[in-house]
Amino acid sequence: MLEYISIIITAIFVNNIVFAQFLGICPFIGVSRKLSSAVGMGAAVTFVMVIATAVTWLLQTFVLDPLGLAFMQTIVFILVIAALVQMLEIILKKVAPALYSALGVFLPLITTNCAVLGVAILVIQKNFDLGQSLVYAFATAVGFTMAISIFAGIREQLALSDVPRSMRGVPIALICAGLLAMAFMGFSGIKIG
Amino acid sequence: MSRNLRILLNGIISENPTFVLTLGMCPTLGTTGSALTGMSMGLATTGVLICSNVVISLIKNFVPSKVRIPAYIVVIATFVTVLQFLMAAYVPALNALLGIFIPLIVVNCIVLGRAEAFASRNGVFPSLLDGLGMGLGFTIALTLLGAMRELLGSGKIFGLEIYPEAYGSLIFVLAPGAFIALGLLIALFTKIRSPKAC
Amino acid sequence: MVLSLGIITIAAAAILGGVYAATKGPIEEAAQAKQVEAVKAVTPDFNNDPVAEMTTVVPEGEERALKVFPARQDGRLVGTAVESYSMNGFSGEITLIYGFDTEGTLTGFEVMAHQETPGLGAKMDEWFKPAEGVAGAEGRTVIGRNPASTNFTVSKDGGDIDAITAATITSRAFLDALARASRANQAFVQNETGAIPAAAVTGATPKAAQAAPSEAAADSTVMAETEDNTLVVAEP
Repeated sequence: MLEYISIIITAIFVNNIVFAQFLGICPFIGVSRKLSSAVGMGAAVTFVMVIATAVTWLLQTFVLDPLGLAFMQTIVFILVIAALVQMLEIILKKVAPALYSALGVFLPLITTNCAVLGVAILVIQKNFDLGQSLVYAFATAVGFTMAISIFAGIREQLALSDVPRSMRGVPIALICAGLLAMAFMGFSGIKIG
Repeated sequence: MSRNLRILLNGIISENPTFVLTLGMCPTLGTTGSALTGMSMGLATTGVLICSNVVISLIKNFVPSKVRIPAYIVVIATFVTVLQFLMAAYVPALNALLGIFIPLIVVNCIVLGRAEAFASRNGVFPSLLDGLGMGLGFTIALTLLGAMRELLGSGKIFGLEIYPEAYGSLIFVLAPGAFIALGLLIALFTKIRSPKAC
Repeated sequence: MVLSLGIITIAAAAILGGVYAATKGPIEEAAQAKQVEAVKAVTPDFNNDPVAEMTTVVPEGEERALKVFPARQDGRLVGTAVESYSMNGFSGEITLIYGFDTEGTLTGFEVMAHQETPGLGAKMDEWFKPAEGVAGAEGRTVIGRNPASTNFTVSKDGGDIDAITAATITSRAFLDALARASRANQAFVQNETGAIPAAAVTGATPKAAQAAPSEAAADSTVMAETEDNTLVVAEP
């Protein structure tokens, strides 16, 4: 139990996927102009990340490793994630139209979200078992959602302020992200258990 | 200006992937702790970009448009994995430094983006030039950012001491410095490119 | 549609399989070369293959085994390299290889893997192995110190070693890994010196049986020299 709590705290705060590991930066910058879309993106990432990690972990453990095909890892994982996103889109459209209308527009963007592939590869590198992998994926996604939501809140305010012209848009957003990352450094070194 | 030169310069200046298109941010921030790692990451991406552009341009008539994206992804992932093996075998130290960002070249928006936007519509040679130009633009950006962070953070560029390390501000080597330095560089690039508009 | 995608995937798999087979050897060699380099860097000169003779030792009261690489000169143990770890790093595990001579004095160390903060904790290498003449080098260096005469804890905790500026946690983890390596080394050396006659008795190959007594003789010669300053010639 303590082990899982440690994984959760580390993944959300200490090693935040955006601020400490630099993964998932594209949607972090691209879909953070409005708080509502940021939260939607976070939810979609959470959904896909947990399912993708489960599927890729099972594939690695029961198909690639026994067959000695570990060298196909990157190619198999990215195809699985791409197919999974497509399937989710179709299933959601039919089964849960409400959820689809909320998350639908973000799903195609997730295939090229390096956080999803990154987490799938990281749990294999860290030798996590299935339970640990799922907890890690979920906590990482929560960390991502938190980061992008806080950031969107700041950017909504930023849109109203008078920024020097060459700094407008991405540059000032990056500097704000830097300050946020600095705040997150306060969590580093925290250990549980 | 000849067409070929224009294609080459397009990636380096007018559509620079980092400074203008702001694509591929993850490796841009994650591997620029020093000029050397930034440059290595840029060159690794350039290699994949050239190879995938050439191959995709070769097979573009053979692949039905419905399955083109998965086909492109397979081509890109193949080159990335080949690169991964070669680096693990011959430059293990560098491979360890760049870590997860090597397999993640697969999802670098620049690579798939150029495949879709350029290589699938142009001949082999222009595609090669486009890959080279985009790759060099990316490499230059990463090297600059790496050099800036290394200089401000530890007083060195490519490991050569410019001023004593004790006077550096460590924050630039750490995560927040990556965001701030990149923000400043993009603003500077925008300013230089269009001094009147800004 | 399916056909073309299938052809591409099969071609990709074939290329990858080929490259994998071609680079498999070099990748393994590269991984081993790193270990061999580190062992070479931390131990006195040797002419055996420490990596081939690697054994594992579980330090007392712990579960995880450490790798011990014995360095021998003409069959005689001249030192050991121990791969040790600490879970108490600032951000996760650190792995190092420490070298000891036969007396247990630290002869060197190499950092193998860590995730410490760049510029702070990541300075382990230069901090604990300072170049001669660097200010404060005496309090920092761990090379040439023996656990019997040195308190291997940071000075903040009452020990003899100055912690890295602004990275006390990393320093503690470094010394934690060192203590673990030292315990494993002691256990190994004790076992080794006790094991030689045993190996001879159980009748190993004639060559090994021959080597064992001459080694013991060489040992006693050295002992005699240092103790009462007279040269004793031992008959093999």
